[in-house]
Amino acid sequence: MSKYSMHLLVCGGTSCKSQESDSIAEKLKMEISKQGLQETVQVIMTGCFGLCENGPIVKVMPDNTFYTQVKPEDAEEIVEEHVIKGKRIERLLYTDPETEKHVEDSKRTGFKRKQIRIALRNCGIIDPEVIDEYIARDGYQALGDVLTTKTPEDTIAIMKASGLRGRGGAGFPAGLKWEFALKNEADQKYVVCNADEGDPGAFMDRSILEGDPHSVLEAMAIVGYCIGADMGYVYIRAEYPLAIARLKIAIKQAREYGLLGKDILGSGFNFDIDLKYGAGAFVCGEETALIHSMEGNRGEPTLKPPFPAESGYMGKPTNVNNVETLANVPVILLKGADWFSSIGTETSKGTKVFALAGKINNVGLIEVPMGTTLREVIFEIGGGIKDGKKFKAAQTGGPSGGCLTEKHLDTPIDYENLVANGSMMGSGGLIVMDEDDCMVSIARFYLDFTVEESCGKCAPCRIGNKRLHELLQRICEGKGEESDLVRLRNLGDVIKDTSLCGLGQSSPNPVLSTMENFPEEYLSHVVDKKCPSGVCTDLLEYFIIEENCIGCTACARACPVGCISGERKEPHLINPDTCIKCGACMEKCKFDAVILK
Amino acid sequence: MRIVKLTIDGKKVEVPSGTTIYKAAKQLDIEIPILCYMDLKDLNIENKPGGCRICSVEVEGRRNLAPSCSTDVAEDMVVKTNSMRVINARRTVMELILSDHPKDCLSCAKSGNCDLQDMAVKLGIREIPGQEYAEMSTYRIDTSPSIIRELDKCIMCRRCETMCNDFQTVGALHAVNRGFNAVVAPAFEMNLEHSPCTYCGQCVAVCPTGALTEVDHTGKVIAALNDPTKTVVVQTAPAVRAALGEEFGMEPGTRVTGQMVTALKQLGFDYVFDTDFAADLTIMEEGTELLGRLKKHLEGDENVKLPMLTSCCPGWVNFFEYNYPDLKDVPSTARSPQQMFGAIAKTYFADKIEVDRKDLVVISIMPCLAKKYECQREEFSVDGNPDVDFSISTRELAHLIKQANMDLNKLEEDDFDAPLGESSGAGVIFGATGGVIEAATRTAYELHTGKTLEKVDFEQLRGMAGIRSATVDFDGLDIHIGIAHGLGNARKLLDEVKAGKSKYHAIEVMACPGGCIGGGGQPLHHGDASILQARTKAIYREDEEKTIRKSHENPYILKLYDEFLGEPLSEKAHELLHTHYFDKRKKIFQV
Repeated sequence: MSKYSMHLLVCGGTSCKSQESDSIAEKLKMEISKQGLQETVQVIMTGCFGLCENGPIVKVMPDNTFYTQVKPEDAEEIVEEHVIKGKRIERLLYTDPETEKHVEDSKRTGFKRKQIRIALRNCGIIDPEVIDEYIARDGYQALGDVLTTKTPEDTIAIMKASGLRGRGGAGFPAGLKWEFALKNEADQKYVVCNADEGDPGAFMDRSILEGDPHSVLEAMAIVGYCIGADMGYVYIRAEYPLAIARLKIAIKQAREYGLLGKDILGSGFNFDIDLKYGAGAFVCGEETALIHSMEGNRGEPTLKPPFPAESGYMGKPTNVNNVETLANVPVILLKGADWFSSIGTETSKGTKVFALAGKINNVGLIEVPMGTTLREVIFEIGGGIKDGKKFKAAQTGGPSGGCLTEKHLDTPIDYENLVANGSMMGSGGLIVMDEDDCMVSIARFYLDFTVEESCGKCAPCRIGNKRLHELLQRICEGKGEESDLVRLRNLGDVIKDTSLCGLGQSSPNPVLSTMENFPEEYLSHVVDKKCPSGVCTDLLEYFIIEENCIGCTACARACPVGCISGERKEPHLINPDTCIKCGACMEKCKFDAVILK
Repeated sequence: MRIVKLTIDGKKVEVPSGTTIYKAAKQLDIEIPILCYMDLKDLNIENKPGGCRICSVEVEGRRNLAPSCSTDVAEDMVVKTNSMRVINARRTVMELILSDHPKDCLSCAKSGNCDLQDMAVKLGIREIPGQEYAEMSTYRIDTSPSIIRELDKCIMCRRCETMCNDFQTVGALHAVNRGFNAVVAPAFEMNLEHSPCTYCGQCVAVCPTGALTEVDHTGKVIAALNDPTKTVVVQTAPAVRAALGEEFGMEPGTRVTGQMVTALKQLGFDYVFDTDFAADLTIMEEGTELLGRLKKHLEGDENVKLPMLTSCCPGWVNFFEYNYPDLKDVPSTARSPQQMFGAIAKTYFADKIEVDRKDLVVISIMPCLAKKYECQREEFSVDGNPDVDFSISTRELAHLIKQANMDLNKLEEDDFDAPLGESSGAGVIFGATGGVIEAATRTAYELHTGKTLEKVDFEQLRGMAGIRSATVDFDGLDIHIGIAHGLGNARKLLDEVKAGKSKYHAIEVMACPGGCIGGGGQPLHHGDASILQARTKAIYREDEEKTIRKSHENPYILKLYDEFLGEPLSEKAHELLHTHYFDKRKKIFQV
């Protein structure tokens, strides 16, 4: 029976931690202690709440008060005013961008209303470093149930019936994948959790590992039981030190409780987990490259077949699943396949965690049922476009995906629909763009990334992506020709058609998708040599608006090349031929007379 | 074994399951273009990275194109190898590869003999879009004693890596860097000279472009021949005569010994001698050494080093010095035939013709690239004057002959000069794997037993298997012989020796597949391993047709001992014809 009457949940995700949230927690504890309340009020560091841009987050339970952008100095006030006197601190309350009002009960926000947190069920509620809290929320129940009452075949049948598909991007049915590994006989098998999460801007897996690591460990043990493996590895990118630390603690605690190791729960089933680290390669998120990296070999993809289920780590049958996929497993087994498949669409069951970013008000992590429309995600949950700008496009699937535009806003999000509309689910990154974003420049940005991350094994990706990038670079610099657009299309198609692995097979997507949806923008760049969104500086000119200019000469004095002429108190003029576009004049001008167009 | 039925380009074919589309197509005489794929079936070497994507084909129902070299057939598969979609993809990929390739075909060592060039011609590439601003790879050129690496030309086919790592287990080459900058190079991109490279040249033998080529000494040959103050002597290795003809359009396995001698005489060499002569000499020394060790062993000496290892292959010696330096006194101390020849030429022969050794230039024609390195070894020179001045490969000789406007097909046959040109059949078979030890056996048997061999051919020592074992009956004494070709196979036998578990008395090791006939300096086989088989047959035929087939019956060899050396393992023989080995481990990675 809980002795605490009040809980202060402080977000301990990487984002909030980087803004001293652990200092907030410490100060809160100190204050609570000073007031002698440590028996009735508990301070817990939890995982990510999802409203990352508004962090650090402090949530007060049981009244659901949601404080945002909290600072360590606020601790005293929170304890004095809220804990002791019961008065909410207005200035710290979350402001709903829809209503522009402070929100008292976080459950009623547009942000929260449509979310169903399955993979993120424990994030923001439990302390991930205390295994008992995981267990208190039905943790390890599924494992226990499976080990004592179900066969591997039974369990796989449930997973197949649930319709859970891989959340890493490919969307392959998880239960079917496990079945392949089960069917291949070998003296040793492995379970691997793919925690490489390489998409720029994606942090779904990171949050799950930081906020609820046991959900993944439990799932891996279940997979091990189903396929006949006694060893699991989490391949985690080295750039996630907090997640690594939390995993290590979780593994240690699970072992202490006999939930990992030999003879788990007296069932005779052995399973242990260890960590393997990535070394800064996006391509190692591809399962065969990942496996080779684990083996200590060069992180290059190899041909499939043979698939890892047949010949994977060390040549043995290996099942590789994404973090989010695994996080769903224990809940599905506890609540049943029917429950899970009742959420979502015909072909895509369950929920998906998205990392909302870009020109959107509520930047952070959300989890919505498959089938939620893009409009709902952006305008309801996301709180709409920042600064009241106009929505232009939403990029899904990171460097492998394409963009969805105004005409796709009412598309229900699921695997098939996104592909049908020229994009893909990917791992869950969702970048929102507004009228001030240049789609050509965005495509070039993604190619920047894939050119850097290509492993170099196959010619189309190694050289083709480089050439795509060169073309886009030239177009953004005003050196493009209309014939370049034809070349972009052909190169993009051939690279997709001939690349060895998923990286090359999808890297032209941003280019092809933006060309398809914004042809006028490309034409403007190559024919008119203009950038309509005002982003590509080589295509823009610095210009002084006569009406606004009072002739103070500040810009002329700041100009390093002396290209601004004009008399004192007379409107000035920039010579575009000698202007080097450094922007010093725009910085100096206090009258908004200098613009880029 | 399941049979699979499929259709390729409208034609039906049946193949066992597990066959790739590429091989299935071959059965229909459809030759799908390949570039990185290489299958040396007879040697169990397959390079199948699926990286160039030139072999892409269309498969009905499959979203993207399939690499035919590495996609297995499936029942009722419908394949199109030349639809416009495929043609467009192939050309675009080739344009991409060429967009990052130097355009110096005219002076490139591989021009006319280059797989990439052939493919570009076949695909009709006329224009490479965007070349004016395309970024291109820029790597430094790395020169070593034997091999030149021009990595701008590397297309990441991974063939060299496969040969070096999987077949030779030398580990000097591996893919490094990522993406556009990826190349195949030694660790930390150091120079080949500082890596464990043995100069076996198998990487050069399989490279489809000019990225890996041999150091070219034809200029030096011309300079030497042009120098009126020098007497120029040439020695030719056995494996050369079995392959030189291929460079002139002859069938693999055509013997061109007589024409080769004529060509060399016409080029202007003062004396045209035969390395095979020195091979006979090697047998005298090495055979006597082996018998000496055997005798001690039979007398109960526990310290004698057995098995004895052959030492005529410089790639193998390098491998040995890097990987097993603590077994330094196990190989034979005999020098290689190339070096023995040089030592005798610059002493015995120089005296005979009254020429100072400094005015005598000894050049060798070798199927081998490691020989270029071997003649530079410090211990093989006297007062700074090398026993063998330099070595050129079979390919370089062919170029020289063509430059001199000669066609080997049209030349008359001529004989080698005396006294260093006469050889027995045992000397010839040095060119094939198993040949050295067979030659040694012919002599060792007769010397040990005092009996004459009825049958000189020892078939049990021949063949293409990577590791072979045979027992030869020395009139009641069983001698166990091990043979390995390919350094990966040699490593297996050496590990046994190191562990003290070797059951052999003698082991012959050749670094190259098939022995010297598969050397790094031979005409390129472009992935057709049957060429190696043909060359091997030629070697054994040459041996069969000789009247003298045992080294110790070569009259010129006997005369050499009589007039000069005394007897095998004499002091003079030790000084000129024997050597010792070094621990090379420290040398690696010293940049």
